[in-house]
Amino acid sequence: MAIVDRTRELEGLAKERGGIGWEGRGAHEMLLESERLFGETGRYCGIDELELKQRDPIRFEKLFSRLRGGLVSARETALNISASPIVKEIGELSFALYTPEGDSVALSTGIIVHVHTMSDAIKYMIRQGYEDNPGIAPRDIFTNNDAMIGDVHNADVQTIVPIFWEDELVGWAAGVTHEIDIGAKTPGSVPVGPISRFEDGIDLPAKKIGSDDELWRDHVLAGLKGTRTPMYWTLDEKTRIAGCHMVREAVERVILEEGIETYKQFIREVIEDGRRSFQSRVREMLIPGRYRAPAFTENAFAKEEQLPSYARVDTMMHAPVEIRVTRDAKLEMDYEGASSWGYHSSNCTPSAMQGAVWVQLTQTLIPNDKVNDGAYLGLNTNFPPGTWTNHSNPQASTGIAWAFLIPSFMGFIKSVSRALQARGFVEEVLAPYGLTSNAFQGGGIDQYGRQSATTNFGLSCVGGGGKMVLDGLDYAAAMWNPEGDMGDMEMWELIEPFLYLGQRVKPNTAGPGRHRGGSGYEALRLAWKTPFYEMQNIGNGRMFIQTGLWGGYPAATGYRHNIRNTNFFDVVERREPYPTHEPDPADSALARMIDGERQFDLETTTLPEVMRQGDLYLCCFRGAAGVGDPLERPFESVSADVEGEYLLPRYAESVYGVVAGDPEATEARRAEMREERGRRAVPVRNWMKGERQRILDGDMIEPVKVMYAESIRLSESWAREFREFWDLPEDFDFDVPTPTVELTRALREQEATIG
Amino acid sequence: MKLDSDTLRDLVDERLPRSQVRAIQSSYKDPERFDQYVALLQERVDWDERIVLPYGEHLFIVSKGDGAYVIKCDCGHEFCDHRENWKLEALINVRDSEESLREIYPERMSGDPEWNHLREYFCPGCRTLLEVEAVPPGYPVVHDFLPDLEGFYTEWLGRELPR
Repeated sequence: MAIVDRTRELEGLAKERGGIGWEGRGAHEMLLESERLFGETGRYCGIDELELKQRDPIRFEKLFSRLRGGLVSARETALNISASPIVKEIGELSFALYTPEGDSVALSTGIIVHVHTMSDAIKYMIRQGYEDNPGIAPRDIFTNNDAMIGDVHNADVQTIVPIFWEDELVGWAAGVTHEIDIGAKTPGSVPVGPISRFEDGIDLPAKKIGSDDELWRDHVLAGLKGTRTPMYWTLDEKTRIAGCHMVREAVERVILEEGIETYKQFIREVIEDGRRSFQSRVREMLIPGRYRAPAFTENAFAKEEQLPSYARVDTMMHAPVEIRVTRDAKLEMDYEGASSWGYHSSNCTPSAMQGAVWVQLTQTLIPNDKVNDGAYLGLNTNFPPGTWTNHSNPQASTGIAWAFLIPSFMGFIKSVSRALQARGFVEEVLAPYGLTSNAFQGGGIDQYGRQSATTNFGLSCVGGGGKMVLDGLDYAAAMWNPEGDMGDMEMWELIEPFLYLGQRVKPNTAGPGRHRGGSGYEALRLAWKTPFYEMQNIGNGRMFIQTGLWGGYPAATGYRHNIRNTNFFDVVERREPYPTHEPDPADSALARMIDGERQFDLETTTLPEVMRQGDLYLCCFRGAAGVGDPLERPFESVSADVEGEYLLPRYAESVYGVVAGDPEATEARRAEMREERGRRAVPVRNWMKGERQRILDGDMIEPVKVMYAESIRLSESWAREFREFWDLPEDFDFDVPTPTVELTRALREQEATIG
Repeated sequence: MKLDSDTLRDLVDERLPRSQVRAIQSSYKDPERFDQYVALLQERVDWDERIVLPYGEHLFIVSKGDGAYVIKCDCGHEFCDHRENWKLEALINVRDSEESLREIYPERMSGDPEWNHLREYFCPGCRTLLEVEAVPPGYPVVHDFLPDLEGFYTEWLGRELPR
């Protein structure tokens, strides 16, 4: 590689100097200067004119394309090093290029939620003085997976490589992969079980792990001991390093051919261009105003006897999602009033929240390759400390932060869709996606007699949201990755000691509507040649995630149907039929055909429980929300849903008013149903009187009352609005304890004392 | 992509093949789309008030001609001032029992009504289902969308808010 050899020679010429940044400045000095200029001017690095872009727009575009091409190429090439199906088959990796200060310039395809989280990690290292200790030098390698620094959860492991030109830091290449196991308290990548960060698994809080383009031996050895899947871990790390080095080479090639000054000018201008483009896009597509789409989720652990008493509680989480679009085309995202963090692994950090914003933007307002930290600069956020959105507790777990990121950020898509419809862009309107669950996750002894663990990423293909002019995509979407891919059953069977007895569409998972949401699917798995494998169910069973739009219903919730100590092999021996799926839980084939110790309930998020050969596990993947009044869904569409087994026949009439095979009778039935609606429904203000009394009486379950009390105690403004809406006394509160709220106050007082 | 009025009509009426919808999604967004869409919707309603802003399926913000703007259903029912939450003037049906939820979802797929219930909001005029909420009991009625009409017209479109 001539180019690489040449650039290495140049790096060798590094001379004694003040700092690694431009013109002898330190990286921290550059970061502070960049932030000062943005604060003073509202423009990235204070740039007024996009001089390079205006002078030579074609060259500007070519520069971007070359860097973008380098990133995509790095991803597509490097993923072949990995052996993990999550990375290799599903594509759960991405690469990005950053400025010396850590602002993203361009990114590859893939799990782009991490473009901004890795920016946070780079800025953390700069702010913490890594330039002096442990040093930032050409060919160094850094890593991070700490959500408090810049990540979503430990399973997303980042590799970060500085890029130098001669003696100057000119940028950073970074890559992330999602690990199949992260060595947490419980097996898999999204552990449900940790109640503190000490149980979240391998902990890499922005560490230097290599020099001279080689990983340090101590880091390599520690990694092998830290996970249940050391082979995947090792190869994933090599994947990330190879990708980062390919990105570095692409940058070096561009600098050699275009000149360093042009490159420096370009990376500044392209971010400011991204900021301006984002604001233009907001102005072109949205409506200024206020949007609300609250979300909720459950953590029902009261029955989990393995947990200590303070964590053995049922918790409801509250996300009062408010989006504001200002007259100067700024987008604001406000979670004021969110409920508290908890002793579970569904807590989030601001970095995770920002990452989730990123991946939503790319699926709504900026669905193209021209996205970078310019969009971040066009966004204001409020993630209040002490809430689940910003737990601010150095000991809180974030192992499965996505459990609530998904429901709450579906409020973003829903809110943006209201604006898109008002502007007439009906082709873009989208209802909330499905929760990417059930997570088939566990670990133990596999079919080869080896210790192993898995998180099956079939979950990255749940239903896509219903649209205004189309039904939602069936089993093809994941909120956190624009590239939905469930992988191959054959591959999952190779690494998991569970055979697929069947995999097919799950009827009635889609939220009903004039356009229904996309359907989910289900897989029935038979434990195979394993003496023990601890398995979890993870997903929503008690609570709907976001509803649809304009009369569209939320997607169905899920359930658990696992059977242990079954007579499955007796059934096979007798050559009798065995179940391959469960289209209707009210008429369960599993219940009719298979005997055993049955779990058939709403306990859809559980700690691991052992399964053995012959046990059955039903994995129900969720659908998405619908759009519009179901009574307006065309007769033919409902009939096709029944024929295609997307809809159980009895729901054609009860939901859609469709009489099988008879369009005229359908019209009559729909007219009757409208009349029935009028008889059943009451004026909202009348209903509110009873609901207000219910609040005053505290006539609701404990988790609901605690959720309200946390929001009231964490936010004066949310409390005021709640009390005013229901005309409650000024000091109204629920008489329930909120221990994590009190702990947050103590932590903040402690911080203030320490200074 | 600038759509002619016939293509926009076909898009709204869902007469375009999926590939064409996909092509429209991928194209640039024409700033004239708003006026085209409002004109199309205005053709289709039986009343005379001017549509100022589409407000979801069936609902519109219309000018009453005296500087007042109200939320109105395509059936003609008027809810309230556009700054108020129209749901407070709607009819509601709450599905908060296993039995009522079972009409929409199969057994074990309808959540737990103690944790959250479904609120269905209907137009008092035509009984169309206009919104569904899934919230815990006691949650305030959600005010989904409060547009800044004045800002949109005067600062973004660069013209007076229609009166």
